[in-house]
Amino acid sequence: MEMDDKTYKKYAEKRAKKSNLAADCAKAFFVGGLICCIGQAAGDIYKALGIGEENVKALIPVTLVFIAALLTGLNVFDNIAKFAGAGTLVPITGFANAVVSPALDTKAEGFILGVGAKIFTIAGPVILYGTLASVIYGVVYYIAGRIF
Amino acid sequence: MDKVMEYIWAFAVGGALCVIAQILIDKTKLTPARILVLYVVAGVALTGVGLYGKLVDFAGAGATVPLTGFGYSLANGVKKAIGERGLIGALTGGLTATSAGIAAAICFGWLVAVCFKGKPKG
Repeated sequence: MEMDDKTYKKYAEKRAKKSNLAADCAKAFFVGGLICCIGQAAGDIYKALGIGEENVKALIPVTLVFIAALLTGLNVFDNIAKFAGAGTLVPITGFANAVVSPALDTKAEGFILGVGAKIFTIAGPVILYGTLASVIYGVVYYIAGRIF
Repeated sequence: MDKVMEYIWAFAVGGALCVIAQILIDKTKLTPARILVLYVVAGVALTGVGLYGKLVDFAGAGATVPLTGFGYSLANGVKKAIGERGLIGALTGGLTATSAGIAAAICFGWLVAVCFKGKPKG
């Protein structure tokens, strides 16, 4: 098949994009799955220590948030995230990183309007829309319960 | 063997939720912040229609650790609180159920900001 430069460039770009997507997805799957297994293992360890189920449920995110916060401070998280993409973003580690990272980087702007305000740069929208959605769900659930 | 299956499901479901986000990032113009918001809201909606609870039952941390699980906790907390105290539970349940994760993120975040050196902008 003959191709001029332009067609070839387009073809190569298309191929590169395709393989990038597959590789990105494989990395995201592997790292994301691994983080969830770490959460599962943490839960099993807490249960083995005799901690009640409700507290184990709360301790799993706390543990992962702590690890992610620490790795962000040590400047390691960004390197893992560059490799894993959505694999570190989607688990609660991504939420933790989104809280810690802007707080750390705006230290120079002071502790009130720097760290204090920027700590919610990404956590703010997540908490806002999550809470809003849950309140709407609650009202619908309550009304539906009254009618039926 | 059951234990092994638990981990395999946690890995597979958690990984799959990340792959969906990766495709959205690569194929659309959605920024990571929008993905996180989308995932939390989707988690609330899927819990509301009764689907996400089933996923949590067999995938465990594979369903609760991704941010959709944050939405699951919000919606589940609301449902539980409404059962206990009526309509006011719609306001109290969500943040009560997720308070540990949010408080941990804020407190650890602040501590890390104090203890470590950041990269200045630009």
